[in-house]
Amino acid sequence: MSSRIFGSGIRRREDPRLITGSALYTHDITLPGMAYAVMLRSSHAHARITRIDTDRAAAAPGVLAVYTGADIEGALQPVPCAWLLPDSGLKIAPYPCIARDVVHYTGDIVAVVVAEELPQAHDAVELIEADYEPLPAVTDPEQAAGADAPQLHAKDVNGDDIAGNQAFHWTVAGGDVDAAFAEAEADGVVIKERILQQRLIPNAMEPRGAVAQYNRATGELTLWNTTQNPHIVRFLCSVVTGIPEDKLRVIAPEVGGGFGSKIAVYPADFITVFCSKQLGRPVKWIETRSENYQATTHGRDHVQDVELAATKDGRITGLRCTVHAGMGAYLSTAAPGIPTILHGLMLSGCYTIPALKEDVYGVYTNGVPVEAYRGAGRPEATFMLERLIDVLAGELGMDPADVRRRNFIPKFDDGHEVITTLNYDSGDYPGALDKLLDHTGYQALRERQAAGPSNGKYLGLGLSSYVEICGLGPSQVAGAIGFQGGLWESAIVRFHPTGKVHVFIGASPHGQGEETTFAQIVASEIGVDAGDVKIFHGDTDATPMGWGTYGSRTTAVGGAALALAVRKIRDKAKVLAAHLLEASVEDMDYEDGKFFVKGSPDKSKTIQDIALMANVAWDLPEGMEAGLEASTFYDPPNFVFPYGAHLAVVEVDAATGQVDLTGYTALDDCGPQINPVIVEGQVHGGVVQGIGQALWEGAAYDDSGQLVTGSMLDYALPRADLLPPIDVISTVTRSPHHPLGVKGIGEAGTIASTAAVYNAVIDALKPLGVKRIDMPFTPERVWRAIQEAKGS
Amino acid sequence: MFAANFEYHRAGSVAEARQLLAAHPGAKLLAGGHSLIPLLKLRLAAPEAVIDIGRIGELRGISNGGGALRIGALTTHAEIASSDAVKSGAAALAEAAGLIGDPAVRNRGTIGGNVAHADPASDLPTVLIALDATFTVNSPDGERSVSAADFFQGMMATALGEHDILTAVNVPAGGGGSAYVKFSHPASRYAVVGAAASLTVAGGTCTSASVAVGGATAVPARCASVEAALAGQALSADVIAAAAAAAGGDLGDDLLGDVFASGDYRRAVTPVYVQRALAAAAERAG
Repeated sequence: MSSRIFGSGIRRREDPRLITGSALYTHDITLPGMAYAVMLRSSHAHARITRIDTDRAAAAPGVLAVYTGADIEGALQPVPCAWLLPDSGLKIAPYPCIARDVVHYTGDIVAVVVAEELPQAHDAVELIEADYEPLPAVTDPEQAAGADAPQLHAKDVNGDDIAGNQAFHWTVAGGDVDAAFAEAEADGVVIKERILQQRLIPNAMEPRGAVAQYNRATGELTLWNTTQNPHIVRFLCSVVTGIPEDKLRVIAPEVGGGFGSKIAVYPADFITVFCSKQLGRPVKWIETRSENYQATTHGRDHVQDVELAATKDGRITGLRCTVHAGMGAYLSTAAPGIPTILHGLMLSGCYTIPALKEDVYGVYTNGVPVEAYRGAGRPEATFMLERLIDVLAGELGMDPADVRRRNFIPKFDDGHEVITTLNYDSGDYPGALDKLLDHTGYQALRERQAAGPSNGKYLGLGLSSYVEICGLGPSQVAGAIGFQGGLWESAIVRFHPTGKVHVFIGASPHGQGEETTFAQIVASEIGVDAGDVKIFHGDTDATPMGWGTYGSRTTAVGGAALALAVRKIRDKAKVLAAHLLEASVEDMDYEDGKFFVKGSPDKSKTIQDIALMANVAWDLPEGMEAGLEASTFYDPPNFVFPYGAHLAVVEVDAATGQVDLTGYTALDDCGPQINPVIVEGQVHGGVVQGIGQALWEGAAYDDSGQLVTGSMLDYALPRADLLPPIDVISTVTRSPHHPLGVKGIGEAGTIASTAAVYNAVIDALKPLGVKRIDMPFTPERVWRAIQEAKGS
Repeated sequence: MFAANFEYHRAGSVAEARQLLAAHPGAKLLAGGHSLIPLLKLRLAAPEAVIDIGRIGELRGISNGGGALRIGALTTHAEIASSDAVKSGAAALAEAAGLIGDPAVRNRGTIGGNVAHADPASDLPTVLIALDATFTVNSPDGERSVSAADFFQGMMATALGEHDILTAVNVPAGGGGSAYVKFSHPASRYAVVGAAASLTVAGGTCTSASVAVGGATAVPARCASVEAALAGQALSADVIAAAAAAAGGDLGDDLLGDVFASGDYRRAVTPVYVQRALAAAAERAG
C-alpha cells in the first residue's frame, strides 16, 4: 500500500461488526455470578428526604442488597469536578453518589437495589418507601441567579458559602469595549439580542452503563464502562472509591456514541463498583432510556444577552455579553470549562473584533448536570456571532454575506492572534465563504427569494461562518485553565516479524472511525497495507495513557502521536536498512515502504524485511536494540482551528408555521483529509445535530422541575425523512504546526448548522416582520411570531 | 423498563378468548402490542393477565362486499395501507394507515388494537368517524354493531365493555373521494392535527360531505359547519377554503394542548389541514 492511502475514502473497518450486531458493548458483558443493580432516583427536583424504608425491598425475591446514602458514607467520596476554572470564584457543591439529605434534581440517586436478576431489581426498587418534603425548585439559569430564587446548596466542598446559586463568574475581556459602545451609540449602530440556547439531551444511541468486577482475593477491580475516556475514569474512580490506580482496569468496549455525555464520571458507575466490592460479585448496571433522559448529562442551557457595536458601514467595533449558563444540580466533571474557555475564548470567531467583554455566570439549577455536548461551548459562541451579524445586516440593509466579508480576518497561514489571546493556526475565511456562495448559486437564490412567497411559503437563506478550537491541547495551557489533567496523547507502534503492526493508543474512539483513519496514518507513513495494522484502544491495561476522545482531538492529537511514533520506526528502519545494504545512513532514501541507496531504488529493503530482521536480530548494527517498536507522547504546541461556512435554505409555511429545510450545504476546512468518506459522515452527523437544536430538540422542565420531555415521544430527534440531502464540500488549509497538517472535523457541523438554520428561518420571515423566535422552532412558535409581527 | 409480572394466555379462537376473558377479570387483550406493551413496560398498566389474541386467523383480513369493506380487527396498518380494495374504496383510510408511526409499527400494529386504545392523537379514529364506519363487537350476549360516533366515548375510552372483543371494522366503500392530511408530531408521529374528509360529487356539485378532525380534542370532532357549508355547493378552491375556515369552531371548547402545540394553536391551524384534506378528497371524487 502506498502513501496514497492518506486521503483515500476506504471503508470503515468498524462497520461490519457494528452493522451485523457482533460488536461487544458494555451491556453485552456477562460474567459468572453477575448480579444486577437498579437505581432509585428522586421523583422530586428539590426536596428533603425525610424517610427511606428499604425493608420491603430488601426482603423481596432475589434481592442481595439495598444501599442508601448512609451506607456509602466514607466508602465513596463525592463525585469530583475536574475543571477547576481559575479566577472565577469557583464554588463546587458537594456531589454525593447517593443523596442523603436533600435531592437536587429529578434523577438524583437515593438508593440502589442489587438482585440476582434484573427484573427482580426493578420490582424491588418499587418497594422502597421514600418520603420527601418538597422544596421550591428552579430550572431556568437566569431565574436561579435571581434574588428570590430557591437556594440549592448552602456550602461548597470547602465549607464556603454559595450565594445566589452561583458556581462561578468568569470573564474574558480585550480592548476598550466601553469606548467602542460609546462611539457606536454616538455615530454607529448598536444592536441587542437575547439568545436562549436551550437544554439539549445528547441521545447517544447506546445508553450509559457499567459492569464492575471486584476481586476480593487480589483487591483488583475491572470496570467495563460506556466512556469516551477510560483513563480519566480510572483516575477519578481511584479518587472516589479508594481503589489504587494500579489495581484498577477500565475497559471501554464498543461505545455507541457519546457526544460529550460520556466524558463525565457518574455516581451510578461508582455505586456499581461499590456494590461489587460489598457483595464480592460482578454487578451490572445499565440505564434505561428514560433514565438516560433523566440523569445523563445534558448540553447547552445558556441565556445570552448580547450587544454588538458597529460602524454604519458594517464594521464590528465591539461585542459585549452576559451569559447565564445553567450548570444543573451539580458541577459535572468538565462542566465549568464548557461555557467559559471553550465558549468565551472563541467570541472573536472568524472576525476582527477590536474590543469585547463577556461575563459568564455558572448557575446551579434543579436540572440534570450540564456537560459538553457536541461542539461544547463553541456552537453557543458561533451562534451568538452569526446571529448578531445577520441582525446587523438587516439593520444596515446589507446582505449578510457582505457584512461577513467586511469583518473577516484576512487569509493567514501561520498564526493570527485574536483579541481573546488565542493564536489561530491558519485560515482563509473569505475564501471559504466565496466558494460556498459560488457553489450554491447564492445570488440566484436571493433573486428567487426576491420574487416573493409562493403558495404561502417563504424562502429563507441562512449563512454561518465559523472557526472552532480543536485538538485540545497544550498541557501547559490545560494547567493554566484549571483542567485537572494533561491534554497530550500517546501511541505505541509495534512491528511483528511478518511486518504486521499493532498500534496501542490512549485515545478512545467510540464511533468516529479512527481505527480506520489511524491505520491509514500508519500505512501512509511507512508503506504497509492499512489492513496489516490493528488498532488497540479503550483498555487501560492494554494501552498507554490517554486523555480521551472529545473536542475533535483524537485525530489531531492522537493521530499526531501515532504519526510521530511511526516516523521513529522509519528512522530506526533506515539505519538497519543501511546496515543491511552496506551503505551509510546519509546515503539512504525511503519511498512507499522501501529503503534504498539513493539513485538505486532496485536495491532495497522493504519495511517487512526490516521488521523481520529487527525481530530476529541476527544482524543488527553495533549497539542497536532488537525489535521494531516506538512510542511517543505528543503534546501539541497549539490548538488547531478548523473553519468553514454553511448555507441553509428553508421554506416556511406562514399559515401553519411549519419549517421545511429544503437545502443544506456545508463547506468545511479541516486541513488535509485522511479519509474523505469519514469526514463527510462526521459532517452529516454534526450538521444534523445542529439542525436538531434549531428545529426540534429541547429539554423542557415544568415549574416543579419535572422533565416534561422525558422520552422520545416528546423530545424530537432529527429524522432522515425530515432532512434534505446535505451537500458537503471543502477547502484544504494545513495547520502549520501539526505533523500531518490536520485539524479536526467531529464537531464542525454542529458548530455551524444551528446558526445557519436559525438565520434562514428569520430571513424567510423578514417580509412579515419577524425578528426572533426561541429555539426549537416548533410550528407553533413560528406561527405565533408571525401573528405577533402581524399585530404590531 | 420491565413490565410487572402478569399471566400470559394465548387464545386460538374468539370463543377461547371469550372464555379466558371470563376467567380472568381485569385481563387485557393483546393484539399487535403497540399500545399495550409500552404501557406495560412503563408500568402504567399492570393487569394480572394478558390474553394474546394476535394469532386468531379469523380476525385478520379485508373483504369487500355489499358496498362495504370488512376489515378484521387484527389486520395490520401495513396491510390496510397497501390494500387495493381500501385504496379504491376508502382512500383516506389507506392514507392514514400509511402515515402511522414507522414501518415497524405499521407491520405489527392492528386496526382493532388501535381503535380499542382510542388515543386522541391516533389517526384511524378520525378517518373512521369521517367515513361513518361501524364496529362489530363480540360480547357475551352475542354480536352487536356500534357506529363510529358511538364507539369513541372519550380519551382512551370506547364503547367496549370488559368482556367485549372487537372483531371487525366495517367501512362503507363509497363512490366519492376521501383523503386524510396530517400534521405529525416530529417525535411521536402522532397527529397534532389530523383532518379526514369524504366527499361525493355529482356534476361538480358536492352532494354530501363528511369531515372529522383528530388530535385536537379527546374524541375526533365531526365538523358539522364545514359539512353544511359544502353540501349543494359547486366545489371550487374558494368554496373549499371558505368552508374549511369554519373548522376551528367545530372543535368545541376543550382542546388538547401540550408543550409542543397549545389548544389555541391547534384550533388556529385546523382549517389549513381541513382545506388540504377537502382539496385532495374533491380531486379524488372527480
